[in-house]
Amino acid sequence: MADPMRIRAAVAGDEVTVRVLMSHPMEPGTRKDASGNTIPAHFIQDVEATHNGKSVLKAMFSGSVSQNPFLSFKFKGGAKGDKVAVKWVDNKGDTRTDEATIA
Amino acid sequence: MQKSTIATLLAAPVLVLGLSACVSSLPSAEYDRITAEVVKASFQDKGIAKVDRLVQDDANRECAAADVAGKPIDEKVAKAIEEAEMKTVKWPSDGKFLGDWKEGEKIAQSGRGLTWTDNEKTVNGGNCYNCHQITKEEISFGTLGPSLYNYGKLRGVSDPNSPASKAIVEYTWGKMWNSRAYNACSQMPRAGHKGILNEQQLKHVMALLLDPNSPVNK
Amino acid sequence: MKRHVLALAALTALGQGAAWAQDAAAEGIAKYREMLQDGNPAELFEMKGEELWKQKRGPKNVSLEQCDLGKGPGVLKGAFVELPRFFKDTGRVQDMESRLVTCMETLQGFNAAEIMKTPFGKGEMANLTALATYVATQSKGMRFALPYNTTEEKTMYEVGKRLFYMRGGTHDFSCASCHGQEGKRIRLQDLPDLTKNPGDGIGFAAWPAYRVSNSQMWGMQLRLNDCYRQQRFPEPKFGSDVTIALAVYMGVNAKGAESIVPSIKR
Repeated sequence: MADPMRIRAAVAGDEVTVRVLMSHPMEPGTRKDASGNTIPAHFIQDVEATHNGKSVLKAMFSGSVSQNPFLSFKFKGGAKGDKVAVKWVDNKGDTRTDEATIA
Repeated sequence: MQKSTIATLLAAPVLVLGLSACVSSLPSAEYDRITAEVVKASFQDKGIAKVDRLVQDDANRECAAADVAGKPIDEKVAKAIEEAEMKTVKWPSDGKFLGDWKEGEKIAQSGRGLTWTDNEKTVNGGNCYNCHQITKEEISFGTLGPSLYNYGKLRGVSDPNSPASKAIVEYTWGKMWNSRAYNACSQMPRAGHKGILNEQQLKHVMALLLDPNSPVNK
Repeated sequence: MKRHVLALAALTALGQGAAWAQDAAAEGIAKYREMLQDGNPAELFEMKGEELWKQKRGPKNVSLEQCDLGKGPGVLKGAFVELPRFFKDTGRVQDMESRLVTCMETLQGFNAAEIMKTPFGKGEMANLTALATYVATQSKGMRFALPYNTTEEKTMYEVGKRLFYMRGGTHDFSCASCHGQEGKRIRLQDLPDLTKNPGDGIGFAAWPAYRVSNSQMWGMQLRLNDCYRQQRFPEPKFGSDVTIALAVYMGVNAKGAESIVPSIKR
């Protein structure tokens, strides 16, 4: 399984700000190595964040997103102590889910 | 784990340290000697970058010593360096000083060549924009060297081939071939003397600076 | 980001002159660098380093938790801002990275020479970079205070100073060529004056750092290695006295500067 994500979630008023740092090579499939061979595509395609099991964000990434992607987003209706989970699936079918508690 | 060079050298009977907790100072020449040993032990060949590149010529040795001492280099020493460096300047084989300014701009933009990730086939660049402003259009320029914008224009060079321009044209060539001929401790690389740029490349850069049609002089 | 690019294009097109376009460029880059601070991928390396520090590894199957980085076995807080320093057990002045290699050998049974010959970003060298990021992060916000109270450290400082001004390579560069005065830049990259304290979070106080342009985590050993590459010098061996001496020179000069490590660079 790939390296863990770093997730932080904090509530201010009625808004929760979530910051996610994902660990992934994000190869677009267009780069060539020193010998001139194309480096195969290997990038995150789908991202979903859930709050207490309910989906709060869905994203489709492409090869144009850089290595070790950083994602920041807000949603309403979260409270301190709730769980936020983030899941990604890449073009090879690998997947990773990590969660954090809202501070 | 290998003991360091420092430990070995300090263990040698250079100085009796005794049992005191105070920190001993050595004479400057001793630190110079230890530094030379450290250099020898620490660097290794890699790719085209060989350890013989660390052999100090007089100019580099004297200028570095002045820097370490925190004093400007002695005038007589500086003059001697400048005279010696001037003798290394090779003038254009066909007497023509200017090439194509468009090629000159490419050379000024390029920072390639002579590192250990380059090889013998790499075409060296001049690294010029790293330190100098040159054309007005290029805003990504360094400030380690003076601005060269309007170089020819400011020096009244309307026709680089005229007798009136001879002095400036020759100075510019000489400066690029070996900057230390005019300023003993110049930080500018000795493009011609050290084989960074060849005669043809230097002519192109000359055109960039002196051709009235070059964007530098517009 | 897009807005700044358009603003720049507009300014240049209107022919406002090099000065205007350049101020806008410098401002745009400063804003871009500020945005990069949020979500520094260095944290991924820090997490990995913490795992490696606590995990039983190597032929001896022992963790690094008893590693002495200068303040006693296992003491991490404040260790980074007191390095490089003299170590009695090795008889050497060592920086953070070479000291970690010492611990990996003596505690865990790894082969130090092998690790030091491994290219940056590969194998145990990559693990070393993660460990270094973790160790340095434990001193984040603290101020540099190298003990600098032994003859060996004094000698290293003097050697470091001479190395700093030593001109060589095909281009006759020394460290001082770029880092010997205030207020200069190479292309659009500002250059700190390393002959004195350049300020909080600058120069010695900013490495290890994550470099966005190549997505790599760089410790001071790699930073010095690449400086010498661009100076057209031959290669300094990993953990060699050249690298330690320069680190002592910069570290002592930076006394009192706040460490912002792990930082982020373009």
